[in-house]
Amino acid sequence: MLGLNKRDFTLLLIVIALAGLAPFLLNPFPEGSAMAQFNAGYPDLMQKFVIYGIFAIGFNILFGLTGYLSFGHAAFLGVGSYSCVWMFKLLGYNVMPGILLSILTSGIFAYLIGVVSLRRSGIYFSILTLAFAQMSFALAYSVLSNPKFNLTNGETGLQVYSNDPQWLHSADKPDLPHLFGLSMRATHEMQLGAWEFQFNVGYYLCAVIMVAAFYLSIRIFRSPFGMMLRAVKSNNTRMYYTGLNARPYTLAAFVISGMYAGLAGGLLSAVDPLAGAERMQWTASGEVVLMTILGGTGTLIGPVLGSGLIKYFENIFSKINDSVLHSWFSFLPDGMEDFMVTIVHPFVGKGWHLTLGALFVLIVIFLPGGLVQGGQKIRGLFTGRTEAEQAAADANQSTPAE
Amino acid sequence: MSKSNFTRRGLLKTSAVAGAGLALPTYLRAAAHSGYTNAPSGSTVTIGFNVPQTGPYAEEGLDELRAQELAVAHLNGEGDGGMMNTFSSKALKGNGILGKKVTFVSGDTQTKSDAARAAAKSMIEKDGAIMINGGSSSGVAVAVQSLCQDAGVIFMAGLTHSNDTTGKDKKANGFRHFFNGYMSAQALAPVLKNAYGSDRRAYHLTADYTWGWTQQESIAAATEAIGWTTVENVLTPLASTDFSAYIAPVLNSGADVLVLNHYGGNMVNSLSNAIEFDLLSKQVNGKDFEIVVPLYSELMAAGAGDNVKGVIGSMNWNWQLTDEGSKAFTKSFGEVYGRPPSNSAHTCYVQTLLYADACERAGTFNPCGVVEALEGFEFDGLGNGPTLYRADDHQCFKDVLVMKGKQNPTSQYDTLEIVEVTPRAQVEYAPDHPMFAGGELGKCNPGA
Repeated sequence: MLGLNKRDFTLLLIVIALAGLAPFLLNPFPEGSAMAQFNAGYPDLMQKFVIYGIFAIGFNILFGLTGYLSFGHAAFLGVGSYSCVWMFKLLGYNVMPGILLSILTSGIFAYLIGVVSLRRSGIYFSILTLAFAQMSFALAYSVLSNPKFNLTNGETGLQVYSNDPQWLHSADKPDLPHLFGLSMRATHEMQLGAWEFQFNVGYYLCAVIMVAAFYLSIRIFRSPFGMMLRAVKSNNTRMYYTGLNARPYTLAAFVISGMYAGLAGGLLSAVDPLAGAERMQWTASGEVVLMTILGGTGTLIGPVLGSGLIKYFENIFSKINDSVLHSWFSFLPDGMEDFMVTIVHPFVGKGWHLTLGALFVLIVIFLPGGLVQGGQKIRGLFTGRTEAEQAAADANQSTPAE
Repeated sequence: MSKSNFTRRGLLKTSAVAGAGLALPTYLRAAAHSGYTNAPSGSTVTIGFNVPQTGPYAEEGLDELRAQELAVAHLNGEGDGGMMNTFSSKALKGNGILGKKVTFVSGDTQTKSDAARAAAKSMIEKDGAIMINGGSSSGVAVAVQSLCQDAGVIFMAGLTHSNDTTGKDKKANGFRHFFNGYMSAQALAPVLKNAYGSDRRAYHLTADYTWGWTQQESIAAATEAIGWTTVENVLTPLASTDFSAYIAPVLNSGADVLVLNHYGGNMVNSLSNAIEFDLLSKQVNGKDFEIVVPLYSELMAAGAGDNVKGVIGSMNWNWQLTDEGSKAFTKSFGEVYGRPPSNSAHTCYVQTLLYADACERAGTFNPCGVVEALEGFEFDGLGNGPTLYRADDHQCFKDVLVMKGKQNPTSQYDTLEIVEVTPRAQVEYAPDHPMFAGGELGKCNPGA
């Protein structure tokens, strides 16, 4: 269906179901219970899940298929964000022009960087992209934010002011990003017993776009173009010997994945109209690499899972402070309580990086194929097939499970 | 692999069930409450503390967090009450706010606008925080302030010194207790004139971002008014760690004062580089070479160690102040944490009390009521003498301290000494002052 084989179609339906039911799935614990700390079903985080999912899906088209490891993808994310906010400033708060422009500008940007960077491969390519991204960051952070020519508003971040032109803005439209009058912030709250679920317009817009982006990525993976990209990954030199020029293919993959990143950046601005330069910093580029590797490089669903995991850690674990810990362990005698809090303390709150780092190490060592491989192992326990058989079966279905 | 068939009928059935689920009796949170975001419904009220817990200002942030926890304890009637006893408004009774026990959640700003907004959003959307307090950077303050304006909660800014926070980026839902670059300049100029004379040539090194620019602009204007000349202003990238290359040209420029518009780690490094070049023992134009650091903090002074000796700068508040409020706060902070509070800790502590007090006086948590109660509010007893929250731009006006690195520190916390307490009248300015022009306060937004 939809030009997909049955297996891929099932995967697409699963993604649709996950995205559609996220407000329920991410809020499994009743409001007010001790476990409510772990609920992730609030608009901001759900938006982050799908938006960074799009970012990672796009990154995976480049890294997962061609093996070119770009360390500068955050630059496209940032360019997309800035384009979108500029549309808000010039045209008005409708998100559509902003999102379209962000895809366009990041595409152009990716083309320019790609033409230069793709002249090299391997580590040199990574360094080149990193250099370009850091250049963009420096430009955005200070060079392009001087009072005479203020394109990015520097450290403060680009935002909309009341004296901006906003040519298409009319008084009946909300004074916040909206989709043809429907505010991105509008949230419908549903109370079911002790549970509370939030349905946010901005989230569902991002989710629909994410599903579309996911569908497109399946089609790319299964197309002859995708096959060509895999060939680049497995043996680029041989491709050249057979008389094929691989550069246009890698460049196309680079531009596509840059446009995905731009789309993600545009959506970030659409749900929260401020674009900061930190989005372009190298740490942000590194994050998407981690997301992809954590989830499973070259798999379809892996990057989405990886981005979800990282954003979950960043937003949920970082908020567990000492007083929360004390309330968890309050059933223990005093001395024990303090002891437990001291033990757990370095791993939560500001120590969330540590937990994530440890998890990353464990996954890379024991599950080189990322979370997707973990899923296969679990499935293997039930079906009795070993992982290798399963991977072979998957490969037959043309999903490389590397 | 299990076989599953997705039929049209099955899909329709499923969506019908899902649709019915969504259509179950639902309600909008705002409609059920009293018309503002996160109106507290139970016996507690939640406030959010958004401070840097990782990154370059982490230490500053942790000190802010300590102070805020102390403030919550005092509001709930625990501990010795601290500044609640010296505060001129007596609306707070030590039983929480409006009879509701105060609880708090904390977030990590990472000193990045994006992360700070994400943390603030999660506190507002998930934990139901009714107010966001704290932070340690102007960029972050401006970013979170506009978020709080959109979301309809009150924002109290923490450590932010850029003119823009209550200048072109001011917002009706945001308040700033901290002073700003302009006020630093006004307080410093007379002291500099007394100490170094009126015929000086200043060389500025400025962190290349909004805060740096506004501070440099303010200092240059104020020092030129006392007769100094600004020789040159060099912008340094924020990420720099070695400033030697910027220090070397200073000596050949004919300047006899170096102004370091740097903060945090930048300032520690640039000052240390300047000391390595032995600038302070040089003689230029027949005068001793001097260094000025317009914005000081205890943590920076501690980081720079011996290098701050004799260097003049300004501060919002210092634990060595001898008024009753400062003494009470320093005492209760010291008893709990075994160290004196920093000036950003003071700001965050005071802002928490002021917010609680405004709720009590307004009789509601509604942001619009709180804004009304805080606008034009005059009070005393929270350090710095009589203080005003100006209605026009939500900037706080109070005395400003001019500090100097101590020659013979007695302990690791005793690095700075108070040179002068500049009276409030001297640092006041018109709301439409050109350095603060542009931008609009707008109307208070209760959200929902």
